[in-house]
Amino acid sequence: MNEILVLKGVSHRYHSKSGETEAIRSMDLSVREGEFFGIVGPSGSGKTTLLSILAGILQPSAGVVERGISPSEIGYMLQRDHLFEWRTIEENVLLGLEIRKIKSAERVDYALSLLKKYSLGEFVKKKPSELSGGMRQRVALIRTLALRPKLILLDEPFSALDFQTRLTVAEDVREIIAEEKVTAILVTHDISEAIALCDRVAVLSARPATVKKIFDNPLEKNLSSIERREHPSFAELFKEVWKELEFTDEKDAKKGK
Amino acid sequence: MKKTQRRVSEEHLRYLKKQRGKSAFVVAMQIILLVQFFLVWEVLASYEVIDSFIFSSPSKMWESFLSLSREGGLWRHVSATLLETVIGFVSATAIGLVIAVILWSVEPLRLILEPYIVVLNALPKIALGPIIIIWVGAGKGAIIVMAILISVIITVINILNGFLSVDKDKILLMKTLSASRAQILFKLVLPSNLSNIIAALKVNVGMAWVGTIMGEYLVSREGLGYLIVYGGQVFNLSLVMCSTVILTVLAAVMYFCVLILEKAVAK
Repeated sequence: MNEILVLKGVSHRYHSKSGETEAIRSMDLSVREGEFFGIVGPSGSGKTTLLSILAGILQPSAGVVERGISPSEIGYMLQRDHLFEWRTIEENVLLGLEIRKIKSAERVDYALSLLKKYSLGEFVKKKPSELSGGMRQRVALIRTLALRPKLILLDEPFSALDFQTRLTVAEDVREIIAEEKVTAILVTHDISEAIALCDRVAVLSARPATVKKIFDNPLEKNLSSIERREHPSFAELFKEVWKELEFTDEKDAKKGK
Repeated sequence: MKKTQRRVSEEHLRYLKKQRGKSAFVVAMQIILLVQFFLVWEVLASYEVIDSFIFSSPSKMWESFLSLSREGGLWRHVSATLLETVIGFVSATAIGLVIAVILWSVEPLRLILEPYIVVLNALPKIALGPIIIIWVGAGKGAIIVMAILISVIITVINILNGFLSVDKDKILLMKTLSASRAQILFKLVLPSNLSNIIAALKVNVGMAWVGTIMGEYLVSREGLGYLIVYGGQVFNLSLVMCSTVILTVLAAVMYFCVLILEKAVAK
Protein backbone atom coordinates (compact mmCIF):
# COMPACT_ATOMS: atom_id res chain seq x y z
CA MET A 1 0.00 0.00 0.00
CA ASN A 2 1.13 3.56 -0.77
CA GLU A 3 1.98 5.94 1.98
CA ILE A 4 -0.13 9.06 1.92
CA LEU A 5 1.69 10.88 4.70
CA VAL A 6 5.15 10.44 6.22
CA LEU A 7 6.61 12.33 9.17
CA LYS A 8 10.38 12.33 9.60
CA GLY A 9 11.85 13.66 12.81
CA VAL A 10 9.13 16.24 13.25
CA SER A 11 9.48 18.50 16.32
CA HIS A 12 7.46 21.46 17.44
CA ARG A 13 7.89 24.10 20.12
CA TYR A 14 5.41 26.71 21.25
CA HIS A 15 6.72 30.09 22.22
CA SER A 16 5.07 32.46 24.64
CA LYS A 17 6.30 35.26 26.90
CA SER A 18 6.49 32.90 29.87
CA GLY A 19 8.80 30.53 27.99
CA GLU A 20 8.77 27.79 25.41
CA THR A 21 7.00 24.46 25.45
CA GLU A 22 8.21 21.44 23.58
CA ALA A 23 5.01 19.88 22.24
CA ILE A 24 6.42 17.25 19.88
CA ARG A 25 9.90 15.69 19.84
CA SER A 26 11.36 14.08 16.69
CA MET A 27 8.33 12.11 15.67
CA ASP A 28 8.38 9.50 12.91
CA LEU A 29 5.09 8.29 11.55
CA SER A 30 3.66 7.00 8.30
CA VAL A 31 0.05 6.63 7.31
CA ARG A 32 -0.98 4.36 4.43
CA GLU A 33 -3.54 5.16 1.83
CA GLY A 34 -7.01 3.88 2.68
CA GLU A 35 -6.41 3.08 6.33
CA PHE A 36 -8.13 4.41 9.42
CA PHE A 37 -5.24 5.47 11.63
CA GLY A 38 -5.71 6.19 15.31
CA ILE A 39 -3.55 8.32 17.59
CA VAL A 40 -4.14 8.07 21.33
CA GLY A 41 -2.29 10.00 23.96
CA PRO A 42 -2.78 11.51 27.39
CA SER A 43 -4.53 14.87 27.38
CA GLY A 44 -2.28 17.81 26.65
CA SER A 45 0.18 15.62 24.74
CA GLY A 46 0.19 17.78 21.64
CA LYS A 47 -2.32 15.79 19.62
CA THR A 48 -4.02 18.85 18.18
CA THR A 49 -0.63 20.41 17.41
CA LEU A 50 0.25 17.25 15.49
CA LEU A 51 -2.94 17.45 13.42
CA SER A 52 -2.34 21.12 12.63
CA ILE A 53 1.11 20.17 11.35
CA LEU A 54 -0.30 17.30 9.29
CA ALA A 55 -2.90 19.64 7.78
CA GLY A 56 -0.22 22.19 6.92
CA ILE A 57 -1.78 24.95 9.06
CA LEU A 58 1.27 24.91 11.34
CA GLN A 59 4.90 24.63 10.25
CA PRO A 60 6.97 22.25 12.39
CA SER A 61 10.03 23.67 14.15
CA ALA A 62 12.12 20.85 12.71
CA GLY A 63 11.72 17.76 10.55
CA VAL A 64 9.83 17.13 7.34
CA VAL A 65 6.27 16.21 6.44
CA GLU A 66 6.04 14.34 3.14
CA ARG A 67 2.56 14.34 1.69
CA GLY A 68 1.49 12.16 -1.22
CA ILE A 69 -1.32 14.66 -1.72
CA SER A 70 -1.63 18.43 -1.72
CA PRO A 71 -2.74 20.16 1.51
CA SER A 72 -5.98 21.17 -0.21
CA GLU A 73 -6.90 17.49 -0.39
CA ILE A 74 -6.86 17.20 3.39
CA GLY A 75 -10.12 17.62 5.28
CA TYR A 76 -10.24 18.59 8.94
CA MET A 77 -13.01 17.82 11.42
CA LEU A 78 -12.91 19.56 14.78
CA GLN A 79 -14.08 18.61 18.24
CA ARG A 80 -17.22 20.69 18.03
CA ASP A 81 -19.29 20.99 14.86
CA HIS A 82 -18.96 24.80 14.55
CA LEU A 83 -21.93 25.01 12.24
CA PHE A 84 -22.80 28.64 11.52
CA GLU A 85 -26.16 29.48 13.05
CA TRP A 86 -26.95 32.13 10.41
CA ARG A 87 -26.64 29.57 7.61
CA THR A 88 -28.99 26.72 6.79
CA ILE A 89 -27.68 23.15 6.83
CA GLU A 90 -27.29 23.28 3.07
CA GLU A 91 -25.37 26.57 3.21
CA ASN A 92 -23.15 25.21 5.98
CA VAL A 93 -22.26 22.17 3.93
CA LEU A 94 -21.41 24.33 0.91
CA LEU A 95 -19.18 26.69 2.96
CA GLY A 96 -15.91 25.03 1.88
CA LEU A 97 -16.86 25.08 -1.80
CA GLU A 98 -17.73 28.76 -1.51
CA ILE A 99 -14.47 29.63 0.21
CA ARG A 100 -12.36 27.78 -2.34
CA LYS A 101 -14.50 29.25 -5.13
CA ILE A 102 -15.12 25.84 -6.69
CA LYS A 103 -18.90 25.81 -6.27
CA SER A 104 -19.88 24.01 -9.48
CA ALA A 105 -23.30 22.42 -9.97
CA GLU A 106 -21.71 18.99 -9.94
CA ARG A 107 -19.98 19.56 -6.58
CA VAL A 108 -23.13 21.05 -5.04
CA ASP A 109 -25.08 18.01 -6.20
CA TYR A 110 -22.50 15.73 -4.63
CA ALA A 111 -22.68 17.55 -1.28
CA LEU A 112 -26.48 17.46 -1.29
CA SER A 113 -26.46 13.79 -2.27
CA LEU A 114 -24.29 13.10 0.78
CA LEU A 115 -26.85 14.85 2.99
CA LYS A 116 -29.61 12.72 1.49
CA LYS A 117 -27.58 9.53 1.68
CA TYR A 118 -26.90 10.00 5.37
CA SER A 119 -30.54 10.79 6.18
CA LEU A 120 -30.26 14.55 6.56
CA GLY A 121 -32.15 15.25 3.32
CA GLU A 122 -35.23 16.70 5.00
CA PHE A 123 -33.17 19.15 7.06
CA VAL A 124 -31.34 21.01 4.25
CA LYS A 125 -33.35 24.21 4.75
CA LYS A 126 -33.24 24.05 8.56
CA LYS A 127 -30.98 26.00 10.88
CA PRO A 128 -28.35 24.07 12.90
CA SER A 129 -30.13 24.75 16.22
CA GLU A 130 -33.03 22.62 15.04
CA LEU A 131 -30.82 19.52 14.80
CA SER A 132 -29.60 17.12 17.51
CA GLY A 133 -25.94 16.98 18.50
CA GLY A 134 -25.36 13.77 16.59
CA MET A 135 -26.97 15.11 13.43
CA ARG A 136 -24.93 18.31 13.65
CA GLN A 137 -21.72 16.31 13.85
CA ARG A 138 -22.76 14.35 10.74
CA VAL A 139 -23.39 17.66 8.95
CA ALA A 140 -19.90 18.81 10.01
CA LEU A 141 -18.43 15.63 8.50
CA ILE A 142 -20.32 16.16 5.25
CA ARG A 143 -19.11 19.79 5.15
CA THR A 144 -15.59 18.33 5.18
CA LEU A 145 -16.38 15.56 2.68
CA ALA A 146 -18.00 18.02 0.24
CA LEU A 147 -14.46 19.08 -0.72
CA ARG A 148 -13.68 15.44 -1.63
CA PRO A 149 -10.61 15.14 0.56
CA LYS A 150 -8.31 12.15 0.10
CA LEU A 151 -7.32 12.34 3.75
CA ILE A 152 -9.50 13.40 6.64
CA LEU A 153 -8.21 14.44 10.06
CA LEU A 154 -10.54 13.89 13.00
CA ASP A 155 -9.72 15.83 16.17
CA GLU A 156 -11.68 14.14 18.97
CA PRO A 157 -14.84 14.64 16.93
CA PHE A 158 -17.10 12.83 19.40
CA SER A 159 -15.91 14.18 22.73
CA ALA A 160 -18.58 16.89 22.92
CA LEU A 161 -21.38 14.31 22.58
CA ASP A 162 -23.11 12.29 25.29
CA PHE A 163 -22.13 8.62 25.51
CA GLN A 164 -25.20 7.17 23.76
CA THR A 165 -24.95 9.57 20.80
CA ARG A 166 -21.22 9.11 20.71
CA LEU A 167 -21.44 5.39 19.93
CA THR A 168 -23.94 5.84 17.12
CA VAL A 169 -22.23 8.90 15.60
CA ALA A 170 -18.85 7.12 15.75
CA GLU A 171 -20.35 4.23 13.82
CA ASP A 172 -21.98 6.63 11.32
CA VAL A 173 -18.67 8.36 10.74
CA ARG A 174 -16.84 5.04 10.31
CA GLU A 175 -19.40 3.91 7.76
CA ILE A 176 -19.37 7.18 5.84
CA ILE A 177 -15.58 7.27 5.70
CA ALA A 178 -15.38 3.60 4.62
CA GLU A 179 -18.10 4.14 2.02
CA GLU A 180 -16.49 7.26 0.54
CA LYS A 181 -13.07 5.49 0.59
CA VAL A 182 -11.18 8.23 2.41
CA THR A 183 -8.02 7.78 4.46
CA ALA A 184 -8.64 8.96 8.02
CA ILE A 185 -6.52 9.91 11.01
CA LEU A 186 -8.38 9.99 14.32
CA VAL A 187 -6.92 11.69 17.35
CA THR A 188 -8.54 10.79 20.68
CA HIS A 189 -7.86 10.14 24.34
CA ASP A 190 -10.52 7.42 24.32
CA ILE A 191 -8.79 4.05 23.81
CA SER A 192 -11.97 2.09 23.14
CA GLU A 193 -13.02 4.58 20.48
CA ALA A 194 -9.67 4.24 18.72
CA ILE A 195 -9.86 0.43 18.75
CA ALA A 196 -13.48 0.39 17.63
CA LEU A 197 -12.70 2.55 14.60
CA CYS A 198 -9.06 2.24 13.58
CA ASP A 199 -6.93 -0.26 11.67
CA ARG A 200 -3.78 0.83 13.48
CA VAL A 201 -3.38 2.73 16.73
CA ALA A 202 -0.33 4.79 17.68
CA VAL A 203 0.23 5.56 21.35
CA LEU A 204 1.86 8.88 22.14
CA SER A 205 3.89 9.70 25.20
CA ALA A 206 3.14 12.67 27.42
CA ARG A 207 4.59 16.00 26.37
CA PRO A 208 6.90 16.30 24.51
CA ALA A 209 5.03 13.78 22.40
CA THR A 210 6.81 10.94 20.64
CA VAL A 211 5.37 7.74 19.19
CA LYS A 212 5.79 5.05 21.82
CA LYS A 213 4.26 2.14 20.01
CA ILE A 214 2.01 1.33 17.07
CA PHE A 215 -0.55 -1.46 17.45
CA ASP A 216 -2.04 -3.37 14.53
CA ASN A 217 -5.72 -3.93 15.12
CA PRO A 218 -6.41 -7.67 14.63
CA LEU A 219 -10.15 -6.99 14.28
CA GLU A 220 -11.66 -7.30 10.81
CA LYS A 221 -12.06 -4.02 8.96
CA ASN A 222 -15.59 -4.86 7.84
CA LEU A 223 -16.91 -5.26 11.38
CA SER A 224 -18.99 -2.36 12.68
CA SER A 225 -17.62 -0.44 15.63
CA ILE A 226 -20.34 -1.95 17.83
CA GLU A 227 -19.41 -5.49 16.74
CA ARG A 228 -15.78 -4.70 17.38
CA ARG A 229 -16.54 -3.57 20.90
CA GLU A 230 -18.18 -6.97 21.56
CA HIS A 231 -15.33 -8.99 20.05
CA PRO A 232 -13.06 -10.90 22.52
CA SER A 233 -9.86 -9.46 20.96
CA PHE A 234 -11.17 -5.97 21.68
CA ALA A 235 -10.55 -6.34 25.42
CA GLU A 236 -7.12 -7.80 24.79
CA LEU A 237 -5.98 -4.94 22.61
CA PHE A 238 -7.58 -2.46 24.98
CA LYS A 239 -5.48 -3.87 27.81
CA GLU A 240 -2.27 -3.62 25.81
CA VAL A 241 -2.90 -0.04 24.74
CA TRP A 242 -3.99 0.86 28.27
CA LYS A 243 -0.76 -0.53 29.69
CA GLU A 244 1.27 1.52 27.28
CA LEU A 245 -0.63 4.68 28.23
CA GLU A 246 -0.57 3.92 31.95
CA PHE A 247 3.17 3.48 31.79
CA THR A 248 3.37 6.94 30.27
CA ASP A 249 1.42 8.41 33.17
CA GLU A 250 3.61 6.70 35.77
CA LYS A 251 6.71 8.06 34.18
CA ASP A 252 5.16 11.53 34.35
CA ALA A 253 4.37 11.06 38.00
CA LYS A 254 8.02 10.26 38.71
CA LYS A 255 9.04 13.39 36.85
CA GLY A 256 6.87 15.20 39.35
CA LYS A 257 4.38 16.63 36.87
CA MET B 1 -43.55 21.87 23.34
CA LYS B 2 -44.62 20.46 20.00
CA LYS B 3 -45.97 22.93 17.53
CA THR B 4 -48.17 20.28 15.94
CA GLN B 5 -49.99 19.68 19.18
CA ARG B 6 -53.35 21.33 18.51
CA ARG B 7 -55.36 20.21 21.50
CA VAL B 8 -54.62 22.43 24.45
CA SER B 9 -55.61 21.63 28.00
CA GLU B 10 -58.01 23.80 30.03
CA GLU B 11 -55.16 24.63 32.34
CA HIS B 12 -53.04 25.94 29.49
CA LEU B 13 -55.90 28.13 28.25
CA ARG B 14 -56.30 29.57 31.72
CA TYR B 15 -52.56 30.22 31.81
CA LEU B 16 -52.64 32.01 28.45
CA LYS B 17 -55.59 34.11 29.53
CA LYS B 18 -53.80 35.11 32.70
CA GLN B 19 -50.69 36.10 30.76
CA ARG B 20 -52.74 38.21 28.34
CA GLY B 21 -54.49 39.82 31.28
CA LYS B 22 -51.15 40.65 32.84
CA SER B 23 -49.71 42.37 29.81
CA ALA B 24 -53.00 44.27 29.18
CA PHE B 25 -52.78 45.55 32.75
CA VAL B 26 -49.20 46.75 32.24
CA VAL B 27 -50.02 48.61 29.01
CA ALA B 28 -53.12 50.17 30.58
CA MET B 29 -51.12 51.38 33.57
CA GLN B 30 -48.46 52.84 31.29
CA ILE B 31 -51.08 54.88 29.42
CA ILE B 32 -52.85 55.96 32.61
CA LEU B 33 -49.56 57.11 34.12
CA LEU B 34 -48.82 59.34 31.13
CA VAL B 35 -52.32 60.81 30.94
CA GLN B 36 -52.39 61.39 34.68
CA PHE B 37 -49.03 63.15 34.58
CA PHE B 38 -50.26 65.74 32.10
CA LEU B 39 -53.64 65.97 33.82
CA VAL B 40 -52.19 66.68 37.25
CA TRP B 41 -49.80 69.19 35.69
CA GLU B 42 -52.69 71.00 33.97
CA VAL B 43 -54.87 71.06 37.07
CA LEU B 44 -52.04 72.31 39.33
CA ALA B 45 -51.26 75.05 36.84
CA SER B 46 -54.85 76.18 36.39
CA TYR B 47 -55.41 76.39 40.17
CA GLU B 48 -52.10 78.24 40.39
CA VAL B 49 -50.56 75.74 42.77
CA ILE B 50 -47.51 75.89 40.48
CA ASP B 51 -46.45 78.99 38.58
CA SER B 52 -47.27 78.33 34.92
CA PHE B 53 -44.78 81.01 33.90
CA ILE B 54 -41.96 78.82 35.14
CA PHE B 55 -43.52 75.36 34.82
CA SER B 56 -45.73 76.03 31.80
CA SER B 57 -48.73 73.74 31.39
CA PRO B 58 -49.92 71.17 28.83
CA SER B 59 -52.50 73.59 27.39
CA LYS B 60 -49.91 76.34 27.00
CA MET B 61 -47.53 73.83 25.36
CA TRP B 62 -50.32 72.91 22.97
CA GLU B 63 -50.86 76.58 22.16
CA SER B 64 -47.21 77.12 21.44
CA PHE B 65 -47.23 73.93 19.30
CA LEU B 66 -50.17 75.32 17.31
CA SER B 67 -48.58 78.73 16.85
CA LEU B 68 -45.34 77.10 15.79
CA SER B 69 -47.09 75.03 13.15
CA ARG B 70 -49.25 77.98 12.03
CA GLU B 71 -46.22 80.14 11.41
CA GLY B 72 -44.69 77.27 9.48
CA GLY B 73 -41.59 77.18 11.63
CA LEU B 74 -42.33 73.78 13.16
CA TRP B 75 -41.47 71.67 10.14
CA ARG B 76 -38.36 73.73 9.42
CA HIS B 77 -37.02 73.19 12.95
CA VAL B 78 -38.01 69.53 13.16
CA SER B 79 -36.59 68.68 9.73
CA ALA B 80 -33.33 70.50 10.47
CA THR B 81 -32.76 68.57 13.68
CA LEU B 82 -33.95 65.29 12.17
CA LEU B 83 -31.65 65.63 9.17
CA GLU B 84 -28.61 66.42 11.34
CA THR B 85 -29.37 63.50 13.64
CA VAL B 86 -29.92 60.96 10.87
CA ILE B 87 -26.76 62.03 9.02
CA GLY B 88 -24.79 61.96 12.29
CA PHE B 89 -26.20 58.57 13.24
CA VAL B 90 -25.63 56.89 9.88
CA SER B 91 -22.15 58.29 9.33
CA ALA B 92 -20.98 57.60 12.89
CA THR B 93 -22.09 53.98 12.61
CA ALA B 94 -20.58 53.55 9.13
CA ILE B 95 -17.29 55.23 10.04
CA GLY B 96 -17.11 53.28 13.32
CA LEU B 97 -17.73 49.99 11.52
CA VAL B 98 -15.09 50.70 8.89
CA ILE B 99 -12.50 51.67 11.52
CA ALA B 100 -13.32 48.53 13.52
CA VAL B 101 -12.84 46.39 10.40
CA ILE B 102 -9.48 48.06 9.66
CA LEU B 103 -8.28 47.64 13.25
CA TRP B 104 -9.36 43.97 13.22
CA SER B 105 -7.57 43.36 9.92
CA VAL B 106 -4.28 45.05 10.85
CA GLU B 107 -3.29 43.80 14.29
CA PRO B 108 -0.19 46.02 14.78
CA LEU B 109 -2.29 49.08 14.05
CA ARG B 110 -4.83 48.01 16.67
CA LEU B 111 -2.10 47.51 19.29
CA ILE B 112 -0.54 50.89 18.50
CA LEU B 113 -3.83 52.81 18.58
CA GLU B 114 -5.42 51.07 21.58
CA PRO B 115 -4.38 53.60 24.29
CA TYR B 116 -5.35 56.56 22.08
CA ILE B 117 -8.81 55.12 21.53
CA VAL B 118 -9.29 54.59 25.26
CA VAL B 119 -8.25 58.17 26.04
CA LEU B 120 -10.40 59.64 23.26
CA ASN B 121 -13.35 57.67 24.62
CA ALA B 122 -12.84 59.18 28.06
CA LEU B 123 -12.63 62.73 26.68
CA PRO B 124 -15.93 64.66 26.95
CA LYS B 125 -16.52 65.48 23.28
CA ILE B 126 -18.36 68.72 24.09
CA ALA B 127 -14.97 70.15 25.06
CA LEU B 128 -14.06 70.01 21.38
CA GLY B 129 -16.96 72.34 20.54
CA PRO B 130 -14.94 75.56 20.03
CA ILE B 131 -12.33 73.73 17.95
CA ILE B 132 -14.99 72.19 15.75
CA ILE B 133 -16.66 75.57 15.21
CA ILE B 134 -13.37 77.16 14.18
CA TRP B 135 -12.46 74.30 11.86
CA VAL B 136 -15.81 73.48 10.32
CA GLY B 137 -17.59 76.81 10.76
CA ALA B 138 -20.60 77.67 12.89
CA GLY B 139 -23.29 75.84 10.96
CA LYS B 140 -24.84 72.49 10.19
CA GLY B 141 -21.40 71.00 9.56
CA ALA B 142 -20.30 71.61 13.13
CA ILE B 143 -23.49 70.03 14.49
CA ILE B 144 -23.06 66.90 12.39
CA VAL B 145 -19.38 66.61 13.31
CA MET B 146 -20.35 66.84 16.97
CA ALA B 147 -22.98 64.12 16.53
CA ILE B 148 -20.43 61.87 14.81
CA LEU B 149 -17.63 62.50 17.31
CA ILE B 150 -19.82 61.72 20.28
CA SER B 151 -20.66 58.19 19.11
CA VAL B 152 -17.92 57.06 16.75
CA ILE B 153 -15.33 56.08 19.37
CA ILE B 154 -17.70 53.99 21.45
CA THR B 155 -18.94 52.35 18.23
CA VAL B 156 -15.40 51.35 17.31
CA ILE B 157 -14.76 49.94 20.80
CA ASN B 158 -17.98 47.94 20.99
CA ILE B 159 -17.82 46.50 17.48
CA LEU B 160 -14.11 45.70 17.69
CA ASN B 161 -14.66 43.84 20.98
CA GLY B 162 -17.31 41.77 19.26
CA PHE B 163 -14.95 41.00 16.37
CA LEU B 164 -12.18 39.94 18.73
CA SER B 165 -14.42 37.61 20.72
CA VAL B 166 -15.23 35.39 17.73
CA ASP B 167 -14.56 31.76 18.69
CA LYS B 168 -10.91 30.91 17.89
CA ASP B 169 -11.94 27.40 16.83
CA LYS B 170 -14.34 28.80 14.26
CA ILE B 171 -11.45 30.79 12.80
CA LEU B 172 -9.38 27.58 12.80
CA LEU B 173 -12.22 25.89 10.93
CA MET B 174 -12.15 28.65 8.32
CA LYS B 175 -8.39 28.19 8.00
CA THR B 176 -8.77 24.43 7.49
CA LEU B 177 -11.06 25.31 4.59
CA SER B 178 -8.19 27.58 3.42
CA ALA B 179 -10.13 30.82 3.84
CA SER B 180 -8.37 34.15 3.28
CA ARG B 181 -8.45 36.92 5.89
CA ALA B 182 -11.13 38.72 3.87
CA GLN B 183 -13.25 35.56 3.66
CA ILE B 184 -12.94 35.06 7.42
CA LEU B 185 -14.18 38.65 7.82
CA PHE B 186 -17.13 38.44 5.45
CA LYS B 187 -18.23 34.86 6.00
CA LEU B 188 -17.60 34.52 9.73
CA VAL B 189 -16.75 37.66 11.69
CA LEU B 190 -19.34 40.05 10.24
CA PRO B 191 -22.33 37.68 10.15
CA SER B 192 -21.62 36.36 13.65
CA ASN B 193 -21.49 39.97 14.90
CA LEU B 194 -24.78 41.09 13.42
CA SER B 195 -26.57 41.31 16.76
CA ASN B 196 -23.57 43.13 18.19
CA ILE B 197 -23.70 45.69 15.38
CA ILE B 198 -27.43 46.19 15.98
CA ALA B 199 -26.68 46.80 19.66
CA ALA B 200 -24.21 49.50 18.58
CA LEU B 201 -26.96 51.05 16.45
CA LYS B 202 -29.24 51.20 19.48
CA VAL B 203 -26.61 53.03 21.51
CA ASN B 204 -25.86 55.36 18.60
CA VAL B 205 -29.47 56.45 18.16
CA GLY B 206 -29.38 58.00 21.62
CA MET B 207 -25.85 59.33 21.15
CA ALA B 208 -26.68 61.01 17.84
CA TRP B 209 -29.51 62.96 19.51
CA VAL B 210 -27.19 64.05 22.31
CA GLY B 211 -24.59 65.20 19.78
CA THR B 212 -27.08 67.05 17.61
CA ILE B 213 -28.76 68.91 20.45
CA MET B 214 -25.38 69.79 21.97
CA GLY B 215 -24.27 71.08 18.58
CA GLU B 216 -27.44 73.12 18.21
CA TYR B 217 -26.96 74.64 21.66
CA LEU B 218 -23.56 75.81 20.49
CA VAL B 219 -24.13 77.16 17.01
CA SER B 220 -27.52 76.79 15.40
CA ARG B 221 -30.06 79.21 14.02
CA GLU B 222 -32.73 76.56 13.59
CA GLY B 223 -33.69 73.17 15.01
CA LEU B 224 -35.23 71.86 18.20
CA GLY B 225 -32.08 72.49 20.20
CA TYR B 226 -32.14 76.09 18.98
CA LEU B 227 -35.81 76.43 20.01
CA ILE B 228 -35.00 75.14 23.48
CA VAL B 229 -32.11 77.55 23.96
CA TYR B 230 -34.04 80.44 22.44
CA GLY B 231 -37.13 79.67 24.57
CA GLY B 232 -34.94 79.61 27.68
CA GLN B 233 -33.36 82.95 26.85
CA VAL B 234 -36.70 84.75 26.35
CA PHE B 235 -38.28 82.89 29.30
CA ASN B 236 -40.84 81.20 27.06
CA LEU B 237 -40.99 77.96 29.02
CA SER B 238 -43.95 76.69 26.99
CA LEU B 239 -41.76 76.72 23.90
CA VAL B 240 -38.97 74.87 25.77
CA MET B 241 -41.33 72.19 27.10
CA CYS B 242 -43.10 71.82 23.77
CA SER B 243 -39.81 71.34 21.92
CA THR B 244 -38.63 68.84 24.52
CA VAL B 245 -41.77 66.75 24.09
CA ILE B 246 -41.39 66.77 20.29
CA LEU B 247 -37.76 65.75 20.75
CA THR B 248 -38.78 62.87 23.01
CA VAL B 249 -41.32 61.61 20.50
CA LEU B 250 -38.84 61.79 17.61
CA ALA B 251 -36.11 60.00 19.57
CA ALA B 252 -38.57 57.26 20.52
CA VAL B 253 -39.70 56.84 16.90
CA MET B 254 -36.12 56.52 15.72
CA TYR B 255 -35.34 53.97 18.44
CA PHE B 256 -38.36 51.90 17.41
CA CYS B 257 -37.16 52.00 13.80
CA VAL B 258 -33.93 50.35 14.95
CA LEU B 259 -35.96 47.78 16.91
CA ILE B 260 -37.93 46.95 13.75
CA LEU B 261 -34.66 46.61 11.86
CA GLU B 262 -33.40 44.26 14.58
CA LYS B 263 -36.47 42.05 14.29
CA ALA B 264 -36.17 41.99 10.49
CA VAL B 265 -32.52 40.95 10.73
CA ALA B 266 -33.23 38.26 13.33
CA LYS B 267 -35.50 36.49 10.86
